[in-house]
This record gives sequence, C-alpha cells and structure tokens, in this order.
Amino acid sequence: MQISGAQMVIEALIAEGVDTVFGYPGGAIMNVYDEIYKQDKFRHILTRHEQAAVHAAEGYSKASAKVGVAMITSGPGFTNAVTGLADAYMDSIPLVVISGQVPMSLIGTDAFQEIDAVGISRPCTKHNYLVTDAADLPRVLKEAFYIARTGRPGPVHVDIPKDVTAQIAEFNYDVKMNLETYKPHTNGNPRQIKKAMEAIANSKRPVFYLGGGIINSNAADEVRELVHKTGIPAVETFMARGTLPYDDELLIGMLGMHGSYAANMAMSETDMVIALGARFDDRVTGKLSEFAKNAAVIHVDIDPASISKLVNANYPIVGDIKNVVNDMLAQSSIIDPQNYEQWRETIINFNELHPLTYYEDSDRLKPQWVIERVGELLGDDANISTDVGQHQMWTAQFYPFSRPRQFISSGGLGTMGFGFPAAIGVKAATPDKTSINFTGDGSILMNCQELMTAVEKKLPVINIILNNNFLGMVRQWQTLFYDKRHSETDLSVQPDFVKLSEAFGGIGYRVKTKEEFDAALKDAVEKNIVAFIEVIVERFENVLPMVPSGGSLFNMMLLEKKENK
Amino acid sequence: MNDNNARRVVSVIVVNEASVLSRITDLFSGRGYNITSLTVAPIPESKYSRLTIVTSGSVRVIEQITKQLHKLIPVLRVYEHEDMVEKEMALVKFPISENLSDINALCEAYNGKIVNVGENVVIVMVADEPKRVDNFLNAVKRYNPKEIVRSGAVALER
Repeated sequence: MQISGAQMVIEALIAEGVDTVFGYPGGAIMNVYDEIYKQDKFRHILTRHEQAAVHAAEGYSKASAKVGVAMITSGPGFTNAVTGLADAYMDSIPLVVISGQVPMSLIGTDAFQEIDAVGISRPCTKHNYLVTDAADLPRVLKEAFYIARTGRPGPVHVDIPKDVTAQIAEFNYDVKMNLETYKPHTNGNPRQIKKAMEAIANSKRPVFYLGGGIINSNAADEVRELVHKTGIPAVETFMARGTLPYDDELLIGMLGMHGSYAANMAMSETDMVIALGARFDDRVTGKLSEFAKNAAVIHVDIDPASISKLVNANYPIVGDIKNVVNDMLAQSSIIDPQNYEQWRETIINFNELHPLTYYEDSDRLKPQWVIERVGELLGDDANISTDVGQHQMWTAQFYPFSRPRQFISSGGLGTMGFGFPAAIGVKAATPDKTSINFTGDGSILMNCQELMTAVEKKLPVINIILNNNFLGMVRQWQTLFYDKRHSETDLSVQPDFVKLSEAFGGIGYRVKTKEEFDAALKDAVEKNIVAFIEVIVERFENVLPMVPSGGSLFNMMLLEKKENK
Repeated sequence: MNDNNARRVVSVIVVNEASVLSRITDLFSGRGYNITSLTVAPIPESKYSRLTIVTSGSVRVIEQITKQLHKLIPVLRVYEHEDMVEKEMALVKFPISENLSDINALCEAYNGKIVNVGENVVIVMVADEPKRVDNFLNAVKRYNPKEIVRSGAVALER
C-alpha cells in the first residue's frame, strides 16, 4: 500500500489499537492532523498545553495499562512536552510521543520553530528516532510501540520532518519485531530463584519491599498470593500503592521519607529484604549506609541496571516480576509462615506505638481528614491522581487504596502540574470510575488551563484543592530546616478558584466545614461536570513522619502525641 | 585494580546509525562518568561500529557504566577488558632542524618511524601501548615537538 507518511502514522496507531490520542497541532505536524481529521477510528483530545497532552497520555496509560500516545508540533510544541517525557521516563510509563519537525531541507538552518528535538529528548526517553525517510516510518513506529511497552517500560519519542509526512512510500506494518540489540530478559534465572527462596526460608525477619514494577508488570495478584502464602509482611513504595489492599493485615504501610513508623522500622530491623520491582530511590532509603543495614537483599527487576546500583544485591534476579513471582510461588512451600509469627508481632507493636494518624486540633479542616473522607465516600469507585507536594504525600498515606492502577501520581520527577491533565487521561481511560485529583493551591495553577479540555471533552475530573495558602512542602522544609524563613512560599494572593472553574464552564465550591465538603463532593459527583472543590485547610500542618533528607530511616520526626484525636 | 579511580577499558559494539555516538557520550556526561579517550570506527562488512572507551572509576561505577551502556537500544555488546592487547597511535611534528637520526631511533623503539618530511617539519608516527606512548612523548620532549596528536586506545581481548 503506497501512502503518505502522515497516513502511515494514522494506520500505525490504528494497527496498535490506539483509541485515544492527546495532542496539540501546529505547523510541522499539520499533515498528520489533516489525516486525523479524515479518520474516525480513534478520538483526539485537544489539551490546552503540550505538557498537559503528555501528562494526560501518562494518566491514560497508567489507568489502562496500554501505551499512551501524544502528538505535538516542532519547536515550542516539543519543548513544552519535554517535562512530560522526563516524567514518564522517571516513572517507567510506556508512551509514544510523536512530534513534527521542520522539513529535512531546513534542518540545521535555525528555521522557524526548529529545535534539535531528538537531541533534547535523548536523556529523558527510553529511545528516540528522527525519521528521515517515509519508507522507515512503519518499522520505526512499530519499534517505538514495542520498545515503549516491553522490558522496563518508558517513553519513546518519534520526530518526523514535515516533508517526510508528505512523502509517499510503501506501508507494511507486518514487520516482525526482532531487534538484535534489544532483548529484555523476562525470565528469572531458576537457580538464582531457588537460592533466594532458600535464603528467605532461613531468614528470621524478612520483608517484602514492593515497588512500582509490580504495577507495570500487572503482577499484583501474584504478589498478593506470594505475600499471603509466605506470611511475610510487606512495605510498599509510593509507586506501588494499591498492590496490597489498604486493609491487608500483612501490609505494614508505605516506607521512605514520609513512610509510616512501622514500615521504616521494619526496614531497619529486617534481616532479609525481598525487593520486587523497586529501585532503592533516595526518597525511600534515606541514608544508604544505614538502610536495611543487617539484611541480605534479594532484588528482582527487569532492568539489570537497577540491580546493585545503590544497594548491593546478594541475590540479583533479572526478569519480569510476574514470571519471577510465579516461579517463587511454585517453591513457596519451603517457607513456613509460622516462623515469622514473632516478627509480625513486632511490627504490630511498631504500628501501635506510632500509628499513622493526625489530630483535629485546628479551627480549620485538616487535609488528612479530607483525603480519608473521600476514601470513605468513594473508596474503590474512584481513581486518584495527585499533583506534587504535601497533599500528594497525605494522599499516599491516608487514601484507602484497594487495587493497582488506582493511584496515579508523579513519583520520580515530582512534577507539579501533573495531576489535573493526568486525571483527564485517567477519566478518558476509565470513564466508569470517578476521577479525583488531589491537588494544592500551588500545583493546580500549573496546568489549570486544562479546565477547558475537561469541559470540552466532557471528562468530569473532580479537583480537590487542599488550600493552605502555601507552597506547603517547601514551607514545611523552611519551617523545619531554614529557621521559619518562608521565602517565596506564601500564596496569600490567589485567584478565586470557584470563579476560575466557572469561567471555563466548570463548577466550583469553596468549603470550610465537614458538612460543606460532603455536600460539595456529593454534588460534584452527581452533576458530572469538571469541578474545583477548594477546601480551606490548616495552614501549618506538616507531613509526618518525616525522615530528613539524607537521614537514616529509623530517625524519624514523629507526630507529637496528644490526648484526643 | 580495585581502587576507586582505576583505569578501565571498555569496548562497545553499536549499530552504526545516526546519533549513536551522542547517545553514548550523553550517557557518560549525564551520569557523571569520565571519558579519558574514545575511538570509534565501523566494523568491516557489518552494520556495526566498535567504540573503545578508556574511563576510570570503582568496580561499582564501572558495573553501572556497562549496564547503562547495555540499556541503550542500539548497543549490541559491552565488554570491560581484563586481559587485552591495547594499542594507541601518536603523530608528532618536529622541526626539521632537530636531530632526525635520534628521533628516528626513538620512534623505532616504539613501533614507529618518520612518515612525512616537509620543508620545515618532519612528522613521525608511533604505535604502542598507551603507557609506552606516554614514555615516548616524554623522551622526545627535548626535540621540541611542535604538535602532538594521540588517537586514543583501541583494545582486543586476548
């Protein structure tokens, strides 16, 4: 079939089963947008900023377990999208991002809207391509999808000059994917798995350290089974929230800088860390030399470069979590859950000593209450996105997550402005679930133009703005480590969030009490249009526990105990 | 070889395609690794090129470098050399007024010779192990070399 490069892009997307593309047109990508206009196989969601297009594709991908697709033009269109690429790269989200480029004859001439896009995206993508001949397009696009979703997933960027999208060439998408230089190891070494299982059986205080790789591998069911067959308690990273349901008795909690006391203490006292798809990030480990100091480490990861990068693994296992955990399950009978009775007891005591909690000791609502309340009212019926900051940590701590892919947040890059567009993508992928975005008064302004997208495409995201008139997390650090010099973090001057939402055709609420909040949430869910619920919360609430940056996990700043909750 | 800044030689086989070299060098600069020298040329009758990179770092750093290199999509193989034959070439320009027979004798001791004679200068070539090339360049300092170019090392595992 002889077709144009632009038509090839459409045909490839259809062949890949893409049903939603997020994007923003412009000069260099116009040939492709002309073909989008002519087709009806997939929908295009016009965001109001290229960064939001990529975040929406990320949210879509995380909620649906499919490859997310975003499309943008050259120059500023592309540079706006870079934050999204970097975010997806840090959190291993499979994306294909297609950008227009100036025509081949103009590349290198500082043409209008020209930028070396592949030069910029190289360090923040899994792979990238500059396509110089339409004849290469079918192979490149097929490789792009294949590379994005296999191995350790990640974003792939395809840059296509305008004349290449006009060029006619043969389209054959039936190319076999056999890349000589790219062959991810998906099966763990059986001998190594056997050794690891024996080591677990001989350990006294083992802990599962569950990471985001489990979600990427769709292995939560297998992991739940393994945890319960072995009776070994588990901590979750931020990225792994929802792997175990919130009320699972073997779930200790989230670990790390804002992890629970019990999770961080379990990690400090364990003699056997079983890391599944986790990467020992600095926000998780605290001071490396003190992290799980007396433990042997089993590290299962599909990315060999993650293993022994920061913490030496005694039992490195390269493979897909799902396959490896299935192999572990087959041998799990050698592990006797009763051996860990006392260890589980110890952890329960940790939890009782310093439970994850807060006090309602302010005239204003506490942000944690709001999050818990949404959990009570919506629970499993909602998918939860967040922006970045205090509200994000409170959500990870207090929302009752019950399933994988329920929690969508920017972990590695920590991108303010991620939440709202991501929640739009989540809603597009899972229309039957309520799409909540917990956000702050700082973060929401970083992509609030997406109100327009949500209104136009009828993607009714409910944004719950926990308004403390501060850039709260930075304010918290300033309070604790900079002698209360709140440099440039006071956000007393603010827009009217209710009117802001209304100006775009959404709905807005400003609430100060529990009753008002319940009523607003109920109303927003019923009205089914995009909403801002601005909740006036305590200004100086801190996220606790907290391990100060570079400190040891067991040295936590804890909530001061008070009489009544 | 266990100290933290030991010299390491790594060979990388890559698909010979556009921008593959910048993928490699970006990785080194982005992750804070050091490149002492780098040579690259196509492997005859194949679609691959071979890079020889001389770098330095601890065992852990070099393990990360090889793993990260391997993660790049166009990289076929990465070797860290342990038992290798290693050679480097140097070209040196001397004023023709220097003692040419001394220079020539030194060159011969380092697998080299005079390769070009011009009106005012001679150019010599030596090819030897990088350490011996250092020695040669030290030895010829007294003959007032005007310009020196080193190729960077190439290596083959024995």
